[in-house]
Formats: sequence, structure tokens, C-alpha cells
Amino acid sequence: MFDGLTAETLARMQFAFTVSFHIIFPAFSIGLASYLAVLNGLWLRTRDRTYLHLFDYWKKIFAVAFGMGVVSGIVMSYQFGTNWAVFSDKTGPVLGPLMAYEVLSAFFLEAGFLGIMLFGRKRVGNSLHMLATGMVAFGTLISATWILSVNSWMQTPAGFAMNDLGQFVPEDWWQIVFNPSFPYRLVHMVLAAFLTTALVVGATGALHLLRDRQDKAARRMFSMAMWMLTLVAPLQIFAGDAHGLNTLEHQPAKVMAMEGHYDSHPEGAPLILFGIPNAAEKRIDYAVEIPKLSSLILKHDLNAPLDGLDTIPDEDEPPVWIVFWSFRVMVALGFAMLGLGIWSLWRRVRGRLYDAPWLHRAAVAMGPAGFVAVLAGWITTEVGRQPFTVYGLLRTSDSLSPVDAPAVATSLVAFIMVYFFIFGAGTLYLLAMMNKGVNVVNHDLQSGPIRTAGLTPSQQADDEIETQKDETNV
Amino acid sequence: MFELSFIWAGIIAFAVLVYVILDGFDLGVGILFPFARSERDRATMMNSIAPIWDGNETWLVLGGGGLFAVFPLAYAIVMPALYMPIILMLLALIFRGVAFEYRWRGERWKHIWDHAFFGGSIVAAFTQGIALGALVQGIEVEGRAYSGAWWDWLTMFSLLTGAAVVVGYALLGACWLNMKTIGDLQVQMRGYAKPLAAATLGFIGLASLLTPFQDVEYFHRWFDMPGVLFSVIVPAALLACAWALFTGLRDAKDVQPFLAALGLFVLCFVGIGISFYPNIVPPNLTIAEAAAPDSSLWFALVGTVVLVPLILIYTAYAYWVFRGKVDPDEGYH
Ligand code: HDD
Ligand code: HEM
Ligand code: HEM
Repeated sequence: MFDGLTAETLARMQFAFTVSFHIIFPAFSIGLASYLAVLNGLWLRTRDRTYLHLFDYWKKIFAVAFGMGVVSGIVMSYQFGTNWAVFSDKTGPVLGPLMAYEVLSAFFLEAGFLGIMLFGRKRVGNSLHMLATGMVAFGTLISATWILSVNSWMQTPAGFAMNDLGQFVPEDWWQIVFNPSFPYRLVHMVLAAFLTTALVVGATGALHLLRDRQDKAARRMFSMAMWMLTLVAPLQIFAGDAHGLNTLEHQPAKVMAMEGHYDSHPEGAPLILFGIPNAAEKRIDYAVEIPKLSSLILKHDLNAPLDGLDTIPDEDEPPVWIVFWSFRVMVALGFAMLGLGIWSLWRRVRGRLYDAPWLHRAAVAMGPAGFVAVLAGWITTEVGRQPFTVYGLLRTSDSLSPVDAPAVATSLVAFIMVYFFIFGAGTLYLLAMMNKGVNVVNHDLQSGPIRTAGLTPSQQADDEIETQKDETNV
Repeated sequence: MFELSFIWAGIIAFAVLVYVILDGFDLGVGILFPFARSERDRATMMNSIAPIWDGNETWLVLGGGGLFAVFPLAYAIVMPALYMPIILMLLALIFRGVAFEYRWRGERWKHIWDHAFFGGSIVAAFTQGIALGALVQGIEVEGRAYSGAWWDWLTMFSLLTGAAVVVGYALLGACWLNMKTIGDLQVQMRGYAKPLAAATLGFIGLASLLTPFQDVEYFHRWFDMPGVLFSVIVPAALLACAWALFTGLRDAKDVQPFLAALGLFVLCFVGIGISFYPNIVPPNLTIAEAAAPDSSLWFALVGTVVLVPLILIYTAYAYWVFRGKVDPDEGYH
């Protein structure tokens, strides 16, 4: 299937494939964990049963998504060694401790409290259960922090020296962790996770509103999600802009590729909206451009000169086509999210948020947009870093393990088959769960023989609702 | 004698040991899964580990991540050398990990996820055993990289250790279920534990006999001073554990067999440690050579010293929350 490809190409395909699958789940579960903590907190504070129903509904969805995140993540942490052994040997002294901190401070926290959050409310009581829920959410955020520090260091390395074995060795841990692009990337990614979750929750709410406008739980989640979108989408665009300026400072070649600037523009560069990058001729064909706008965005001056890829040696150029397009996909979706947020705000102000079928249809259509934007963003970042794994210092072609192409090809085929099967099935389960409304739980039916004697998380959710009822009746 | 890299070797060894005994019993439950006689028993078995398996598996991430952090050279050599078994193990862990959630999501595909749970557990156990055997045989290194071929790990010896780990995990799983369940299921699992214990001991004996033939160094480490002391202590302690295991099963004790089975694993692990020391990757790569620079070791150590005890505390708490028998009639947890 992959005849004639080198081990390097295959290993890159494998990394891109597995990490792309992985990022989908954290992007959702980081946001969802926080949403669950908020729902549980609101339920404890207001005793409004709708929040509890929503918590139990999204809890089950979270469990499935989180499980997929965990198993795909374990693959990632071993893949550095299997496929990128030279990279591991050289960067291990710097990056390894950061990843070890991620395991110690985040993964254990999530895993340790997940069981209590999912199954333990009755055993530990409401306050400890709230604590566990909070810890899981906190854990996902710490995890994002460390892994983004790792990734950012690969983009903008700092605080290191080289030893005579060719390894990067730490000099200043503060500079390593807080390397120049880290704050931007962290903010941008966490906002991305919140947006992704808001879009999924919003789409689910909208779907059920389209079926029944009176559905209380659907109203509540739709409203919460739209608030999130309205507030965070503009923030994200702002953060993305700041991130881009940071990249211009530290990785100019990446920005040239994103902008499609093959040529230098000594007096004001145009913003190329669309076009077809032509790598052979080194130009953008059929470009639709707005004069001088790029200089305005990147330099805040219409006439500021901007260098193009003609100033970069060919062997150091990233592939333009991918970066150019993935960047546009992300930005277009960012503005579409902003549009949806503004639209919902307008309906809300007019008091017709639940009474707007076209808004609801649009929200359903935008449900997957967060995932697409996250993937597009990562592709921009990672492909734009090429041909280096550690920007400017370690080439991708010098990072590879001493493995044979057939070994990598075999495992790549295995990963592709297994991932599509497993995560395909998981996605179908998630969609089926979201397709079911929140309040359709029929207590009498559920305790019947289909679900053996209250063994499932969902069954347990019903038990909890029962107990809560008893409590309120006392 | 105070050497940072040796402290770290101890910490990594500890993480791997904790992984082996914790995930060992829950992979064992997966290996025994097809023997359940009813849907109810299957549900009980899976639910006895549902709240804790993720935490157990995190020790594996710590083992791998820790190696990357403090012994990057060892990580860079072992992973390519064990390429196939590691990839297979990862894929197997995917199948068994998702089964916990997927199996409850619909009747139609339930049996598929049940197979995934069993298949994933047994393949993960087998490949871990193979990896162990391949390490004991030794790994070819040239310069700073693995220099063998991609099938080197496959030998009779590594197949033997693979089978040994499958049987050993199944023993842990049977003892765990003996502790966590009641009624027919408990009796059934207690019944399995006896032959599994005998087979595990047989494998331990066989592997111990064959190990010195993998590399004469091992022989010296065991029979020169001070190793010879261990050569007396370890087998004696093994016998004591075996005795506790069999009498515990005979007297239908709940906890004793599980603890005794864990003891067997701890002792085997100590034995392997004696064989390896002072290497981290036999036959030639030493702990000191593979270590990252001191500044990396210090930085990681500070966090480890604070965080690992905390982790042990809240992990223990999570186990305590779900203590006692899994009683399906009471409703899950
Ligand atoms: C919901 C997701 C989402 C949305 C709506 C946006 N982004 Fe983004 N973007 C990401 C999700 C993301 C990401 C997944 O979080 C990336 C990939 C790596 C990273 O650090 O963030 C990213 C990377 C990324 C980069 C690459 C930085 C680098 O690593 O060199 C830039 C310049 C932008 N973004 C800019 C924007 C702009 C101007 C946006 C608004 C219109 C925007 N992003 C919307
Ligand atoms: C190549 C890089 C990555 C590696 C090696 C990696 C590794 C892992 C591992 C081993 C796990 C399982 C942890 C467990 O056992 O509980 C995991 C889960 C997770 N990862 Fe990643 N990861 C990577 C990229 C990312 C990125 C980019 C993010 C987010 C910004 C992220 C966020 C998370 C989160 C939040 C979890 C918890 C599980 C979940 O939410 O689904 N990871 N990762
Ligand atoms: C999570 C979202 C991510 C996506 C979608 C992603 C995507 C990609 C893609 C498409 C490539 C191949 C680039 C090319 O061949 O031109 C790549 C390479 C790579 N990425 Fe990422 N990446 C992500 C996160 C990360 C993180 C968090 C890390 C580090 C911790 C990382 C480390 C690497 C490494 C080491 C390579 C080496 C192979 C190469 O550069 O081609 N990636 N990634």
C-alpha cells in the first residue's frame, strides 16, 4: 500500500495521523470537563433539577470521549521513541521532564478522580463529588499547559545549550517552560477547546429545540453554549492575531507560507484572500488580494516592507500549499463562529433565542466546526515548522529512528485500520447519545432487564436522580 | 554511592512495578472475561475494575514518559528495538480501553466489544511479556542507536516470557475477583486460581533456569557476592508467598491470595532487577551512561518527590471509595 515511500515519510504520516486523531478528543474533553464542573456547581447551588439532568447527560458523553482521548494519547507518548528515536535522544533532557510533569501533575489527577466523578456520587456525597469533578477539569487544563509548553519549545526553543553528544541540555528551566510562543499557544488552544465544546453543546441543544421548542434542558444548554460562543469567539480572533504576530517574530518563514508571500514586498504587502499556490513557479496563481492589508495586519503600517520566501533558502522552506490553505480554513471558521455568536446575541436581545429555527439549523451545521478549526490550526503550526522538528536546529530528516520502512508501513496500516474502526464506532456512539434528548429517560423502563441490574453509568445516573428526589422530599 | 541516576533508576523501576501489579490484575480480569458464565458475571467482572483501570494504566505512561525524561538514550534504543511488540501492545490497549464504555452503548455490538476486551487484554499481556524477554536477551547497540533488525525480539525465550506474563496476569485477575465478588463467580475464580498459580510458579522456575543462558553475566550477578545473598532470599520468599497463596485459596480467604500473588510479582521483579543491575538495557548500556544531564534529573526529581506521594494518597483514596465486594444487586457503586 505504501511502496516506495521512505521510512521518514511513513513515520511523518504516522505521526500526523495519530496526533490528529488524538487532538480531536482533548479539544472536546478539555472544554467538556469544565462545562461539567460548572453544571454540577450550578446544580448544587440552585438545586434546579435541569442542571443535574444536563450533568448526567454530558457525563456519559464525556466518559466515551475521554476514554478515546486516553487510549490515543498513550500511543503518542510511545511514538516519540518508536519512530523518532534520534529526536528523543537529543531532546529528551529538555522535553522529557516536561512530559513527566504532565503525567505526574495532570494524567494521574484526571485518572484518579475520574472514577469518583463518574460512579462515585452516592459513595462520597455531593461535596467530595464536586471536588472530584473539579479535579478532572483542572487536570485537563494542566495537561494542556505542559504539552503545549513542549510543543512550543519545539517551535521556539529557548533556555538550552548543546552538549558534545549533540543533545539539547537544559540551562534555564524557566525559559524552557515559558518559551516565547508558549503563552500565545496556550491561550489560543484552551480557547479553541472551549469553542469546540460550545459548538457541540450548542448543536445538540439546537437539534432538540428544532424537535421541541419547549424542551427545557435543550433550552438551557443552547443558551449556555451561545453565551460561550458570543464571548469567546472574539477573544479567540484577538488571541489568534497576537499569536500570528509572535510567529512573525520567531518563525518568519511560517508566516510567509501562511500568507502566500513568495516575493518580498518592500513597500506594503497585499493580503492574499484566496489563490492557488504554485510551488514550481513560486507564485500564487489566480490570487484575490487586497493591497497593503497584510502589512497593516502584521506591522500595523500600510507601507511597512515584508520579506517573502525569496529570502529563505529553498531547503528551509515549509510546504506552502498546505499551510496556506489550512490557515485560511481556520480563520474562515473563526469568523463563522463569531457570526453565529453575534446572530444568537441578536435573537437573545430580542427575546427569541428559542424561537429561531434558522439559527438552530445554523448551530447544528456548525457543530463540527471547532474540530475542523483545531485540526487546521495544528496543521498550520506543524507543517509550517517544517523541515525542522526543533525549529532551525534539528531537521525532521535527522530525527528519525533506525527502523525499516516496511516496519513503519505495517504499523501505519494497522493504525489506520484500528483508528477508523475504533474511533469511528466511538463517534457513532457519541452522535447517538447526543441525538437522544435529555429528558427522555423513562425510569420504569430503565430498571428493566435490558440493563443488568443497575450496572451501567447511565443506569446509575437514574438512581442518582431518584436519590436526589428522595432528598428533596425529606 | 549517592548517584542521582541510580535514584532515578529506582523510581522508574518503582513505576514499572506498580504498573505491572495494578494493570496486571485488571488485564487479568480481561483475560478471564470469556470464562464468565452469564451476562451478569461479565458485568460484575468489568465493573470491579471500571473505576480504577485508567489510573492503573497511567503508571505505564509514567514508565514510558519517565524513561524519556531521565534516560532518553535508553528510551531511544529500546523503543525501536521493540518496535512491533510495543505497537501491538498500544493497539491492544486501545481495544481493551474503549470496551469499558462501548460495551454499554448498545446490545447489538456488545459481543464485539466483549471480544475486544478479552483480545486487547491478552495481547497486551503477551506483548509485555515478549518485551521483557527481549530485554533480558539483550539489545544490540551501536553508537547511540539500536543496531539490530526488526524481528530480533522474536525468540523462543521471549515467547516463553510472553506466555508467562499472560498466565501470571490471569492469576492476579482471578485473585482480584476472588476478593471482589461473591457467590458462584467467586467460587469459579478461586477454582481457576489454583492451576494458574501452579502454572505461574512453573513459568517462574523455567524462566529462572533459562535466564543465565541468555547471558553469563546474569549467572555471575546471582552467584557472586553480594548477589548470592539474594539468591537465597528471593527463592525462599517466593516459596513463602506460594504457600500463603495456596493456603489462602484452600481456606477460601478473600484478601490473602491476592496479596500473596502480588508478592510473587514483586519478587520476580526484584529478581529481574538483580539480573540487570547496573545495566538499564542489557547487555551493555549502563544506568549512568543512559542518564540525562544532572539538571534534568534534578528538575524532574523535585516534582516527583512531591507528586508521587500525593498520587499514591489519592489513588489509595479512590480504591478505598470503591472498596468491598461488587454487588450487582445493590446497584452499581
Ligand atoms: C476553535 C479553534 C480555532 C479558531 C476558531 C482559530 N484558531 Fe488559530 N489555531 C487553533 C485553533 C483555532 C489551534 C488548534 O489552537 C492552533 C494550532 C496550534 C496552536 O497553537 O493553536 C492554532 C494556530 C494558529 C496560528 C499558528 C501559530 C503558530 O503556531 O505559529 C495562528 C497564526 C492562528 N492560529 C491565528 C488564528 C486567527 C487569526 C484566528 C481567527 C480568525 C484563529 N486562529 C481562529
Ligand atoms: C504529541 C503530543 C502528545 C502526547 C505525547 C500526548 C500524550 C497523552 C497521553 C499519554 C494521554 C493519556 C493520559 C492518561 O492515561 O490519562 C493523553 C491524554 C490527554 N491529552 Fe494528550 N498528548 C499529546 C498532545 C496533546 C495536546 C496537543 C493536548 C491539548 C492541548 C493534549 C491534551 C490531553 C488531555 C486533556 C488528555 C486527557 C484525556 C482526554 O482529555 O481525552 N494532548 N495525552
Ligand atoms: C495535536 C495536534 C497536532 C497536529 C494536528 C499535528 C500535526 C502534525 C503534522 C501534520 C505533522 C507532519 C508535518 C509534515 O509532514 O509536514 C506533524 C509533525 C510533528 N509534530 Fe505535530 N501536530 C500536533 C501536535 C503536536 C504536538 C503537541 C507535538 C509535540 C509535543 C508535535 C510534534 C510533532 C513532531 C515531533 C513531528 C515530527 C514529524 C514531522 O515534523 O514531520 N505535534 N504534526
